[in-house]
Amino acid sequence: MEILQSLADGFAIAFTFENLLLAFLGCFLGTIIGALPGLGPSNGVAILIPLAFSLGLQPTPALILLTSVYYGAMYGGRISSILLNIPGDEPALMTTLDGYPMARAGKAGEALAISGIASFVGAFFATWGLVLLAPQLVKVALLFGPAEYFALFALAFATLGGVASRNQAKAAMAAALGLGIATIGVDGQTGVPRFTFGEVHLYDGIDFLVAIVGLFALSEVFIFLEHRASGSSPTQKMKIGRITPPLSMLRKTAPAMARSTVIGFIAGVLPGAGASLGSFVSYSFEKRLSDKKGTFGKGDPRGVAAPEAGNNAAAGGALVPMLALGVPGSGTTAVLLAMLLALNITPGPLLFQQKPDVVWGLIAALFIGNVMLLAMNLPLVSLFVRVLLVPTRYLMPAVAMISFVGIYGISGSTFDLMVMIVFGVLGWVLRKLDVPLVPVILGVLLGDQMEKNLRRTMTIHDGDWAMLFDSWLAIGLWAFAIVGFILPLIAGRYFRPKIADSDKIEGADPD
Amino acid sequence: MSDRILGFAAMALATLYLWRATLIEPSFMSDPLGPKAFPFIIGAVLAVAGIAVALRPDEEPVWPNAAKLLEIAMAVAVMVAYAWVLRDLGFVMSTSFAAAYLSWRLGSHPIAAVIAGIAIAVGIFVIFKLILGLSLATGPWGF
Repeated sequence: MEILQSLADGFAIAFTFENLLLAFLGCFLGTIIGALPGLGPSNGVAILIPLAFSLGLQPTPALILLTSVYYGAMYGGRISSILLNIPGDEPALMTTLDGYPMARAGKAGEALAISGIASFVGAFFATWGLVLLAPQLVKVALLFGPAEYFALFALAFATLGGVASRNQAKAAMAAALGLGIATIGVDGQTGVPRFTFGEVHLYDGIDFLVAIVGLFALSEVFIFLEHRASGSSPTQKMKIGRITPPLSMLRKTAPAMARSTVIGFIAGVLPGAGASLGSFVSYSFEKRLSDKKGTFGKGDPRGVAAPEAGNNAAAGGALVPMLALGVPGSGTTAVLLAMLLALNITPGPLLFQQKPDVVWGLIAALFIGNVMLLAMNLPLVSLFVRVLLVPTRYLMPAVAMISFVGIYGISGSTFDLMVMIVFGVLGWVLRKLDVPLVPVILGVLLGDQMEKNLRRTMTIHDGDWAMLFDSWLAIGLWAFAIVGFILPLIAGRYFRPKIADSDKIEGADPD
Repeated sequence: MSDRILGFAAMALATLYLWRATLIEPSFMSDPLGPKAFPFIIGAVLAVAGIAVALRPDEEPVWPNAAKLLEIAMAVAVMVAYAWVLRDLGFVMSTSFAAAYLSWRLGSHPIAAVIAGIAIAVGIFVIFKLILGLSLATGPWGF
């Protein structure tokens, strides 16, 4: 009941003109960002953060805008998957398998409608999951001391390396790189400059927003320049047809939606596994369970409903650890964490206690946004289809320039722009070499906290390293971390998604 | 081969990082752990990861040919130049050039690229500066 009361307060906050407008804007932009190949939730949100920040939005409205974009992108990705056979973003990859065959069979409208409804179901119940699960997790998190937090951060990196990437060594390398970048600047506890090489600009450290926009957004521009010749703009005619699904189809796909919502949500809550994994596991599970006549992959509506419910549910699930523990489970939630940190808000149990208006306002806005998204994505879907016709040769320059505008808006510093370009090139090289970018970002974001918690533990216990493993909670977290890192080495061949193997977009856009 | 180079680069970076970490001057007011310990751990992880990647490389990635590499290098050069002249030429002028260049290299007809560049620059200026009130670089002409 306490939860319902908080939720009601949240709705009171979300139902202001400004917040509703921002939610609408976020949903609209998010759907476009999701639908356009080359722009996905993580780089879309990354570009918008500096803008929201320099516009001086308050924490709650800023979060409402960006999470609406995040939810919207999960809806939008399916549009180009179904119509063009090109996933609009990585989580929508599985939707191409049955969505495109449906479109070719003249059922594009029905595929869009079923996937839109599946998206709504997944996101709606996942948001309820967030409402119910996050406060419970907060209760556990309140027992955490600095040693447990240190172990939790280690767990986040370990599972991110173990589950979500194909080469553990490269994930560890990426994490060390990010953490190393985070140590640049004046040490917060002793005031000693570290790794600054006497450069005054580096005393404040490297702004994580600069790193994120460079790694995610600018590197995408370089990828497009590289593949320019191969990427022709879609010119074929797209006939949509009716966008109301027959009732029989709804009834047939309902169980698939329900199962996929549960699977997707769990995949989202687990650290290191985001929406891409959610949609992958949902689709594979559904195929194994109900593909009795071999219709999957040939335009079975259940094959459209399952991954869409799965990735939207995972998107909601990934917000649970991000809000309750301050440890993001996926690329886009890592970017959202950057937003919170830029606004001087540390997510975690204290956020729920001290700033309940931010948390519950956000959750209420997710419910509202979800309804808006359903409305936008069913009757108005043809509007977004038209956006798909914008060729990348006009789109990508605009993306690059908006990235520059955002970073310049924060600091007005040429040095930051140069650093961003360096990160853009670094991001391109790392993507070519199949080094995951999310651990880098997570390292840059969490490095400071991780070190602080380690040193606090040592200060409390006077430098006794054994104290890192002093409680059962800490030991449990370490055990999970080790299992999460090692297990995929042994068993990974069997359940690791072949997502990144099957497409050639070079680790683009980690959901 | 690429991964072996990556591994060695990571090891070299780790060495540099660890060396710089030893040079951090201890402060008179310090906690038991001090400012060096965490960097030491990170440097060690980076070195071990580098060794692992160098010993067990993945499949060779598809590197672009020299022409494509030059293409990317030129784009980087244009972006650096953009950041360099932004304050001197003002937002609209510099952005028009940079966006037109990128649009041209992404396959637009030169004339279309120039129009696109100007449209992008003016569009961003109107939306972000005039409507949303963001501070953009002001050049000698005030835009």
